[in-house]
Amino acid sequence: MAIIEHMGVFAMTPGMGVMWLISLTLMYLAIHKKYEPLLLLPIGFGILIANLPLTNLMEPGEGLIWRFYHYGIEWEVIPPVIFLGLGALTDFGPLLSQPRLIFLGAAAQAGVYITFFIATSVGFTLEEAAAIGIIGGADGPTTIFLAAKLAPQLLGACAVAAYSYMALVPIIQPPIMRLLTTENERKIKMIKGRKIGAREKLVFPVVASVLIILLVPASAPLIAMFMLGNLFRESKVVERLTDTAQSSLMNIVTIFLGVSIGATMNAENFLRQEVIFIFFLGLVAFMIGTATGVILAKIMNLFTSNKINPLVGGAGVSAVPMAARVVQKMGMEADKKNHLLMFAMGPNIAGVIGTVIAAGIFLTLLG
Amino acid sequence: MAQDVQAALAGNVWKVYVEVGDTVEEDDELFVVEALKMEIPVYSPCDGKVAEIRVKKGDTVEEDDVIAVID
Repeated sequence: MAIIEHMGVFAMTPGMGVMWLISLTLMYLAIHKKYEPLLLLPIGFGILIANLPLTNLMEPGEGLIWRFYHYGIEWEVIPPVIFLGLGALTDFGPLLSQPRLIFLGAAAQAGVYITFFIATSVGFTLEEAAAIGIIGGADGPTTIFLAAKLAPQLLGACAVAAYSYMALVPIIQPPIMRLLTTENERKIKMIKGRKIGAREKLVFPVVASVLIILLVPASAPLIAMFMLGNLFRESKVVERLTDTAQSSLMNIVTIFLGVSIGATMNAENFLRQEVIFIFFLGLVAFMIGTATGVILAKIMNLFTSNKINPLVGGAGVSAVPMAARVVQKMGMEADKKNHLLMFAMGPNIAGVIGTVIAAGIFLTLLG
Repeated sequence: MAQDVQAALAGNVWKVYVEVGDTVEEDDELFVVEALKMEIPVYSPCDGKVAEIRVKKGDTVEEDDVIAVID
């Protein structure tokens, strides 16, 4: 009889059943709709196994997935390792050739801060509000990094919200960008910036690390790894390291990241009213960020004859390179020979750095 | 008068729709360049005949590279 008592079937709760449905939905979206499959698939499966009773998978000190979570995320190992890979993938050329577009990446962070204040005013603690606001930066690893430190109980919800909205960038952003721009503005062809030489690209990660980390030391884990990856890339002498950082290593840690984030989402933690708020506020953050980027571009146009196509401002939220693709697509809809992709990559990458800095500021003030 | 067809963006040549000798019209789609997983069409700048094609499928192009010449 003992074996029957230890069967999970009898320990199922209705909440677990609901979580199974959420898990299956995420796996469906990942596989059939290709919504961020690299993350949502392991997250979806992680949710399923975390909501099977009596497994102890997430039992502190003994569970398998708990170990992944503890040493990977609580110890802040995985998000910085992902940033190493992102650095190795990033070409700072577009950002350096039009430095004024960095402001658009900064403006889009307004979504993060505004949502932080909205979230505190509806009753979230400051730490929770920071984790929710950062969703608006549309950067997965940064959201995970910050939520794990400030509000681990919300980690699963914040991560899923961030990755879902990143996948939904092509649906969420265009209506806002269309609303805020005229047909003629969308047709603006931008003048190319100067070409960036190899030496500038080589010096940039070193100088940027020093400057950013001196200003916001709490951003160091992410910025240092990001710039190290970029230094690998631009040095052109360690191609093996560049390759490993941007492919194998990133893929390996992504597996452990996805499954352990999914596993933090048990019924008790996730099926709460606040989670609906988190998804709603995260979306608000993201929409505000899109809008403020576009609006700043329009304001900058008042002061310059070298016009900026305001669509480019929409790429100031990170979501690299999805947001830049949206800009390219909308620019081509207005004029099929208008190519904004590379212009949009500047604010897009600046947006990543801006979000990391925002996370560093929250950590400094609240951590 | 010969006119150059330039790649608007750095990327990989994904599709080549024309051959040397083909007659094309302005705004015909000549190539597709893939950049950041986006397929970006390259259109003909004018009416004419394709005099030269300097890339093939899979080639890497830089921004402003001349990839074909229309006569």
